[in-house]
Amino acid sequence: MTEPAAVTSVEAPPSGGTGGPAGRQGTGKPTSLWGDARHQLVRNPIFLVSCLYILVVTSMAVLPRMWTSQSPRTCDIRLSRNSPELWDHPFGFNLNGCDYYAHAIYGARPSLQIAIVATASVVVLGGLVGLLAGYFGGWVDAIISRITDVFLSLPFLLGALVLLTLLQVRNVWTVSLALIVLGWTVIARIMRGSVIETRNLDFVAAARALGAGHGRIMGKHILPNAIAPVVVYATILLGGFVSAEATLTFLGVGLQPPAASWGVMISTHQQYFDRDPWLLLFPVGLLVGTVLSFIMAGDALRDALDPKLQ
Amino acid sequence: MGTYVLRRLLQFIPTTLGALFLLHYLTSLGIQLTGNPVRAIFGDRTPTQAQMDALANSLGLGDACLQRVGDPCPALFLDRLQAIFLHFDFGINVNRRPVIEIVGDALPFTLKLVVIAIIFEAVVGITAGVLAGLRNGGFVDYLVKITTVLMISVPVFVLGFAVRTFVNVHLGNWFRAGDMMPDWFSQGVMSPVYKPDYPWASLVIPGLVLGSLSLATTARLTRTSILENVRADYVRTARAKGLPRKRVIGVHTLRNSLIPVVTYLGVDFGGLMGGAVVTEGIFGVPGIGREIFRAVLQQQPSVILGIVTLLVMVFLIMNLLVDILYAVLDPRIRYD
Repeated sequence: MTEPAAVTSVEAPPSGGTGGPAGRQGTGKPTSLWGDARHQLVRNPIFLVSCLYILVVTSMAVLPRMWTSQSPRTCDIRLSRNSPELWDHPFGFNLNGCDYYAHAIYGARPSLQIAIVATASVVVLGGLVGLLAGYFGGWVDAIISRITDVFLSLPFLLGALVLLTLLQVRNVWTVSLALIVLGWTVIARIMRGSVIETRNLDFVAAARALGAGHGRIMGKHILPNAIAPVVVYATILLGGFVSAEATLTFLGVGLQPPAASWGVMISTHQQYFDRDPWLLLFPVGLLVGTVLSFIMAGDALRDALDPKLQ
Repeated sequence: MGTYVLRRLLQFIPTTLGALFLLHYLTSLGIQLTGNPVRAIFGDRTPTQAQMDALANSLGLGDACLQRVGDPCPALFLDRLQAIFLHFDFGINVNRRPVIEIVGDALPFTLKLVVIAIIFEAVVGITAGVLAGLRNGGFVDYLVKITTVLMISVPVFVLGFAVRTFVNVHLGNWFRAGDMMPDWFSQGVMSPVYKPDYPWASLVIPGLVLGSLSLATTARLTRTSILENVRADYVRTARAKGLPRKRVIGVHTLRNSLIPVVTYLGVDFGGLMGGAVVTEGIFGVPGIGREIFRAVLQQQPSVILGIVTLLVMVFLIMNLLVDILYAVLDPRIRYD
């Protein structure tokens, strides 16, 4: 990490830092930011392990039957909180005597569903708002920024608490809605900053000189070059929302027991932590692993996409 | 800078009104779409319409506009603003106790908790961040990186439970059984719940749990900021002049690196209040967070709305102060 490296890396993104002896020197082919990032990411073991874990959890959410043949709804109250048995019931039984392993597998779906619905909506909404504010500037920016300020002044957890206590219906959609309403502002700010940086670059001026309209410049020229920080933050946000769902459920305003998310598993069994710690260890392990994977993947993405940090 | 402060002050008013309106509109919309939460207070009993109306009216949830979906209820909003700014009235709970009184009683505990948390995250977070930033890519850097990622990914309520069970109960029992530690430690610091006999000691561990929320962010922010600044020209100049390393780091680098960190610590108030709901709930601290936690469990929407409205106003004032402080701290930035 000497100064010259820092200076050159601005001109020639990540390849300089990690090329090594086996780098792709001398091909003469210009590489894009994403190409370089991909090159770096497939060699990053942390990123690969995180992706693998995310893939496993996603497969639990999409196809729970692939992982277990038992149903989390077939319960025998006599088996309540029975300890794990190695092959048939590796996670034991929950409070109602249902198979805990099946419960944990089926619990992936609501947790991930909330995270994905909320993150996707936040990226679309916040990204669009940020793009417009950053691109047009002036009074559009002024109005949008003030509105963003107002939303930002509601602290995340407190705002979600108020919203969800007043809602009588609490399911995957209302919890996602609360997360979206309070979460889009950060994405909008990141997008706006990134667009402002990109807006004044030469290729945008060139496109404008060639007569491209606002829509085309935004969609074809600015968006692909400004989206990187948003992608990084969205990856981390996926983890944040998985954790937020669990916290809200713990506080009693998230999903309610017939639903089987990891948050519900943790909050239902918290009082048995002392006697049957495995009742908490399994859902907490899955939850923390998922959040960790998203954060690590996001960090790796940022390192690959941001040449300045090399 | 004078104009900047003035402009910031002027911006403060519409933002506060906007935030209060947003809170009002979102809650009204929630009630309009899913029914009046007052019904839930009666549980499985069936109230008469008159009972329902009386309770809803006393809690400020009886306005007819709360039944028309999409109505922003401007009259109700003006009433609430009037109550807040003219009478300092944030509503009452089911037992007719004013919210402002509840908050007043709970405030000292939360304040102590937040002070402990902020000291902890500032001292440990900044130290860790500086050490990691100075040895970029070294062992300490990796250690800090891994620890912070782990801390971010464990939800605070899981951390709270784990700490309460393993540290306060198990380790604490061991200390309480032996006689080698003074009482304030084994009975106070190690107590799994808040004890009025040890007003500071029994808040230490809840405070640390609360502070660990933002500790990781503080450390990472300091690290990035240090990394950026050690490459700056003025640091190179200082080093070239032959200044001792201690001075180059301690005075030249740190001073500029800490500006974003101080800002973050100031703005983090909202996050700390959210975390306080969880930590105070787990450790039984009779602070504002536990009042919110209790109000959620007892389904008292008017209390939650009142407390959160008050907190949002405090949060905005904090933001304002931090912004003004920022202008004082960092003369490099031009405010036009």
